[in-house]
Amino acid sequence: MVQIAATRTAAAQPINTRLLSLAALAVVIAVLPLALTNNFYLDIAILAGFNAIVCVGLNLLIGYAGQISLGHAGFFGIGAYASGILVTTYGWPPIAALLVGALFVGVLAFLLAKPILRLKGHYLAMATLGIGIIVSIVLRTETGLTGGPDGMMVDSFKIFGLELYGEKTWYWVVGVMLFIAVWLSLNLIDSPVGRALRAVHGSEVAAEVVGVDTTRYKVMVFVVSAVFASVAGSLFAHYTGLITPAKADFFKSIELVTMVVFGGMASTFGAVIGAVVLTVLPQALTVFQDYSQIVLGAILMFTMVFMPKGLLPTIEGLIAQRRRA
Amino acid sequence: MFAEFLQYMLSGLTIGAIYALAGLGFSIIYNASHVINFAQGEFIMIGGMAAATLTASGVPLPLAILMGCGGAMIVGVLVAKFTVERARNASVVTLIIITIGASIFLRGVAELVWGKDFKRLEAFSGETPINILGASMQPQSLWVIGCAAVLIVAIGTFFNRTLTGKAMLATSHNRLAAQLVGINVKRVVLISFALSAALGAMGGAVVAPITFSYTEMGIMLGLKGFTAAVLGGLGNGPGAVAGGLIVGVAEALGAGYISSAYKDAVAFVIILLVLLFMPSGLFGKRGTERV
Amino acid sequence: MGKRLLNTVAAAATVLGAVTFGLAAGTATAAEPIKVGSFLSATGPASFLGEPEKRVMELYVDRINKAGGVDGRPVQLFLYDDGGAADKAASFTKRLIESDKVDVIVGGTTTAATMAAVPLVERGEVPFISLAGAVVIVDPVKKWVFKTPHTDRMAADKVMEDMKKRNLTKLALVSEDSGFGKSGREETLKAAKESGIEIVADETYGAKDTDVTAQLTKIKNNPNAQAVLVFGLGQGPAVVTKNYRQLGINLPLYQSHGVASKEYIRLAGGAAEGVRLPAAGLVVANQLPDSDPQKKVVTEFTKVYEDAFKSEVSTFAGHAYDGLMIALDAVKRAGGTDKAKLRDAIEQTKGYVGTGGVVNMTAKDHMGLGLDAFHMVEIKQGDWTLVK
Repeated sequence: MVQIAATRTAAAQPINTRLLSLAALAVVIAVLPLALTNNFYLDIAILAGFNAIVCVGLNLLIGYAGQISLGHAGFFGIGAYASGILVTTYGWPPIAALLVGALFVGVLAFLLAKPILRLKGHYLAMATLGIGIIVSIVLRTETGLTGGPDGMMVDSFKIFGLELYGEKTWYWVVGVMLFIAVWLSLNLIDSPVGRALRAVHGSEVAAEVVGVDTTRYKVMVFVVSAVFASVAGSLFAHYTGLITPAKADFFKSIELVTMVVFGGMASTFGAVIGAVVLTVLPQALTVFQDYSQIVLGAILMFTMVFMPKGLLPTIEGLIAQRRRA
Repeated sequence: MFAEFLQYMLSGLTIGAIYALAGLGFSIIYNASHVINFAQGEFIMIGGMAAATLTASGVPLPLAILMGCGGAMIVGVLVAKFTVERARNASVVTLIIITIGASIFLRGVAELVWGKDFKRLEAFSGETPINILGASMQPQSLWVIGCAAVLIVAIGTFFNRTLTGKAMLATSHNRLAAQLVGINVKRVVLISFALSAALGAMGGAVVAPITFSYTEMGIMLGLKGFTAAVLGGLGNGPGAVAGGLIVGVAEALGAGYISSAYKDAVAFVIILLVLLFMPSGLFGKRGTERV
Repeated sequence: MGKRLLNTVAAAATVLGAVTFGLAAGTATAAEPIKVGSFLSATGPASFLGEPEKRVMELYVDRINKAGGVDGRPVQLFLYDDGGAADKAASFTKRLIESDKVDVIVGGTTTAATMAAVPLVERGEVPFISLAGAVVIVDPVKKWVFKTPHTDRMAADKVMEDMKKRNLTKLALVSEDSGFGKSGREETLKAAKESGIEIVADETYGAKDTDVTAQLTKIKNNPNAQAVLVFGLGQGPAVVTKNYRQLGINLPLYQSHGVASKEYIRLAGGAAEGVRLPAAGLVVANQLPDSDPQKKVVTEFTKVYEDAFKSEVSTFAGHAYDGLMIALDAVKRAGGTDKAKLRDAIEQTKGYVGTGGVVNMTAKDHMGLGLDAFHMVEIKQGDWTLVK
């Protein structure tokens, strides 16, 4: 019940606050390159951006609809390989491959959603985990099509005769895509659908009693989040130029869920922050060399134990407390 | 033809026995705390690594296995005490991430302590294959299946015959009521982690001569154990055991007759089909949601 | 409400600041060193290749610096562990080129990791000496890419040659689904065709598989097979070897040079007895005739390695040694670390006697090894024996 109360106040925020926060995001995206002095830093920022796009979508599912997915990397992987195979092997225009990939993932998610979202808690976790693993095994095994465990090279993204190439260009592409993703997500949360979604998270039975068609909304948000992942996957494939089944496997799925929960569930900006921190952290932790795994594991465990609400909401709370004092 | 079939069945039952032990571990912890412990695979790893490295440094095998189990139990209790117990009211996803964090942490420590390379553990009673109707069986397979059977019976007896076991069962049925009749629920959770850890470590030690020991050995074994537990209906011990054997055999048959590359997918295809048609697992009870 | 937004922004800034600081702390600077970059599979399924490579890189960079560096310049090593994953190898390569700004890269334990790095080094124009086996790395020739180990094609040829000597003509092939295994499979099929050997079975297994009995059961029941060749690296082939004996298969078993490490014998245990494989002279250093040009180099390297690590030397350690030495030798000849000059100097490597053989590179041959430096060895009583 506390959860509902909290999200309701958030929903009651006036529109101009939403605009303000979007503007803040735009400023951060615009100013950040000044601090990123070489292509390696830009590269990390871009990877963080891709993860953030997926997480913003996944957060709708986990944070607002209250459903777990341990298989979202599967959708990311399908998008990536759709682009890789259609563009590189069959010479499609990249934008067409991206759209076909997204459409395929959307339909697949729609078909899977109904039977799967009937499941609860750990059973849902198991089912989504299974789907993700099956996708990654198919990608790993169909060597002729996908290049097998070592992956495949992907051509660069060309549109209207322009080639998207280099970190600087991609930074802006990803920045804009992230902005759009956040904007879509905030709009969705503030719409009647969003209210219905929050009802789903609170108590499904109660929501149904008052006439919310929970299944329909859950299916919808599942599809939306899967499509977010697919589009990010497609762009990612063109950016890195190399995709491997590891991008679709269980660990990637776990990583994505972790980013959402770590940053703060039911908070779009939390999902973004979670994605950024957990993309940068492993890179920064290479300083610890042999200890990096231990440090990463410990950070995950203890943030979740001591800040079960996630990073952003907890820090927000602390700052608010200090202001009041 | 029959020899081939028998060959697949034998390797399926061997690996299935390990899945069964892992699945049982998941179930025991789930019953006591409603947590899916993704670090279950690491207990298997600890058992396998401890047995391999300790015997290599001259410790007699039975002692090495016991030390491995003891170590895993201590680790299990620590995980329960410092993470799960403190985050009891957290959501399902948060708890999943905590146990995943624990498993990454444990793997990191294991890499530091034991190194990243493969460790070899000698088979307990030689490696001369036993010939059964044209199929060859490793003596170690008998050890795996035998140990798993003994452990499963022992666990069954523990839950049905001892006071502590009964208290744990009671807790899984109704936590609040159990607390009211004076059962120390916290202790029940700790015991459940210790038990699962011991089961996992034992499984890791007996399977090590077949698969080698390495710090990542627990990942897939753990996931398959989770599959076994869900297949049998979460929290249903005998169900988890049956689930483990089914997954193991189906996998071996799939590898033999369909495609060895899709071996790992078999378990997950089965679980998806079962969940879609029987959402509470093969032997699970249908539950109702409380509002 | 505005306050809530402020809180959010402040919180976000705190986090970002902390994160940027963490990254900045990870970079280091030193005065005018020769920067050698490396990405190796020190963990993962190829760890018994990558770990000794890592040790050698660290050991020799240290030794060289203690001896005063190269032309008075110290050598600075940037080393990352790719865990055997191609995508990680690519991202570390990017980091080496863009952030660490290395002068030369010596690394790439596996073929997959190497191939993932190839487009990046070609684009970034950084000389790259790979430590991986497949022939695709240097055929077709890539301007900035070199390699030290023998190719899979050479291994396949060597095996065919040995089979003919033993009057075996029908081969069952088991290959790994990794880059090295896939390339090895293709090269074996080609080599078999040319030498008139018939491939009667063609099975694959995954690099992380711990049970290959299903595939081997099929080979066991194949009445035509006269010998079996396994093409893979690291732990996988050890699993295959063990399962092979467990199933009681008695056909001659060949492995590729992807297992030329004592670690393989240790892992496979008694099951490795009688296995034959082509390997560089390094593993049979003491059995080489004194007239062999490599004798001195390999004996010395073996001693240094085994004194430092108290474990037995493998050919993979040798690949790393060769790669590092060729790179540093080229730095001397190029008179500095200008990348284009350095690349040319590597290409002009002539008569370098290393652990893999005598290296003579040309514009058309970025490996520079002949088949003569490749020896067929058999495992007897847990040790390598030169097959005469």
